[in-house]
Amino acid sequence: MMHKNFRIYGFTMENILLELLLRAYQLIFSFDSEVLNITLLSLRVSGTAVLIGALIGVPIGMVLGLRRFSGKQILMRFIDLTLRSIVNTFMGLPPVVVGLVVYLLLVGSGPLGSLDLLYKPAAMIITQLIMVIPIITGVTMSAVGSVEKAIREKALSLGATDRQAAWMVLREARMGMLTAIIVAFGAAISEVGGIMITGGNIRWHTRTLTTAIVQEVNLGDFNKAITLGVILLSMAFVINLALTIIQLRGPKR
Amino acid sequence: MPFIEAQSLCKEYSGKQVLKNINFKVQNGEIFVLVGPNGAGKTTLLRILDLLEEPSSGTVLVDGTQMNYHSAKHQLVLRRRIGMVFQQTVLFNMSVFDNVAYGLRVKGESDKSVKQRVGEELELVQLHGFEQKNALALSGGEAQRVALAQALVIEPELLLLDEPTANLDPRNVSIVEEALSRVNREKKTTMIMATHNMLQAENLAQRVAAFNEGRIERIGTFHEIFEAPSKFVLDFARLENVFSGFSRVTGEGTSLVDVGDGVQIETAFKKTGNTTVFVRPEDIILSLNPIVSSARNSFEGRIVEVSDLGAIVRLKVKAGRDFTVQITKRSFNDLQLNIDSKVFLAFKASSVQAA
Repeated sequence: MMHKNFRIYGFTMENILLELLLRAYQLIFSFDSEVLNITLLSLRVSGTAVLIGALIGVPIGMVLGLRRFSGKQILMRFIDLTLRSIVNTFMGLPPVVVGLVVYLLLVGSGPLGSLDLLYKPAAMIITQLIMVIPIITGVTMSAVGSVEKAIREKALSLGATDRQAAWMVLREARMGMLTAIIVAFGAAISEVGGIMITGGNIRWHTRTLTTAIVQEVNLGDFNKAITLGVILLSMAFVINLALTIIQLRGPKR
Repeated sequence: MPFIEAQSLCKEYSGKQVLKNINFKVQNGEIFVLVGPNGAGKTTLLRILDLLEEPSSGTVLVDGTQMNYHSAKHQLVLRRRIGMVFQQTVLFNMSVFDNVAYGLRVKGESDKSVKQRVGEELELVQLHGFEQKNALALSGGEAQRVALAQALVIEPELLLLDEPTANLDPRNVSIVEEALSRVNREKKTTMIMATHNMLQAENLAQRVAAFNEGRIERIGTFHEIFEAPSKFVLDFARLENVFSGFSRVTGEGTSLVDVGDGVQIETAFKKTGNTTVFVRPEDIILSLNPIVSSARNSFEGRIVEVSDLGAIVRLKVKAGRDFTVQITKRSFNDLQLNIDSKVFLAFKASSVQAA
């Protein structure tokens, strides 16, 4: 192993990359069971977090995006403004901070310590969930808000009831909601700081692609680190490709 | 009894008076056209008539009943009798058929009658065969025709049109105008239309209301208003080339008005200070090459908009500022002009008039 690692310094940059890519694919298609385990866990944790996050964040984003307050409801407008600002602030929440807070909640002596979730995939899902809910909410909110006025007025003017018009607004914002999910999945699958703290990067149990990469780099095994990086990128690409295809299928030309 | 009547309508947005004491009556089956510059309040008036906005004061009567801006039920009933075509075309991300069917489906009409009515309206706007296309994949003109079909499918008693042909090419304009006159003729639909297009106003309107700065300056037939025009209406009919800026007197006894975007207009009169000037579109000469002439004003620009008015063609040319120029259809064809063609404009200092 060490020998191979040293050897790469003798190559030109292009050759190094090419060789590493080749080795990466070799490793992927040799179905190394540990790599498979790591990959599936990454998918499971981020996929579950995004799925639950969508179930929570999309409806909240819809409500916030649809809400309109007339000039007189000053209190409601203030609450609305505050909620939006909170969502927007939390969209940029540093994952390590989320990880730290979740850790403190779940640790044995913490308030939720009795649940015994720390260093288990559930803790990682919770961490990523907290991270993706504001992203999904915020993007949904702005997608709905951006079509709200024009579509609502159009629908009302064609004789729709308020409810029918609101439904149409949500329907027209559907591509924006898909974008919310793509963005959230991208953030979750590439996240490392939070799940490192709450999952602990335990081999066969809580090691994901990102935490494994950090580990391999620390150990000096760049081959494996890059292999995992290639898997991570390829996976993100395939999933985004699928979602983008759905998005583009919208208007048929 | 008039079909719709506005009584002392006023609208204020955060202290700014957008509509000032608007009064008019529109008879059943009449086409009533609102003309006037951007920001004159035409759109706001149409939005109030479609119950999308509430007037600050004043009332609107429909069939003698006062419009109520607070009862959702009353609004729904009225909106189903009123159709509106917005200036910015908004269509739903679904098929053309579903877009047009929307106004019928929200009322719970049967599939059979929906199919028949949608078919009729698409025929009217000459989009037969477009049923299954996605509405967002249409050209601007086609999209606006779908929007017209959407509004017409509910067979409104009153149709509100906010500059429905403002961004369309001549062919689409004529399809829309034809559809409008046919609907008005056959179904006696009352229409209130805002437009910038004077020829359209002349062709379609039974009566015209000249709007300016939130007020109706005059109401009458097109000819009453524009044939014995007041100075105001005259400026306003030729409104396209109105420029304001700082004027200074030159050594030659003329003035140079700096109207911004690098454009200086030379005038035959002497004036120092802020001024507004206008140039009639027909006083501007257009050519493909730089013009050597006695005209003191010459500019190079590109055509950004073409509107076909039959024998004449009106062009919008961007030469720093936007100029409206009028030429015959024949010259237009001979010069092989098109959007983005490079052209030169020239006009005499004496053609520049103080507003």
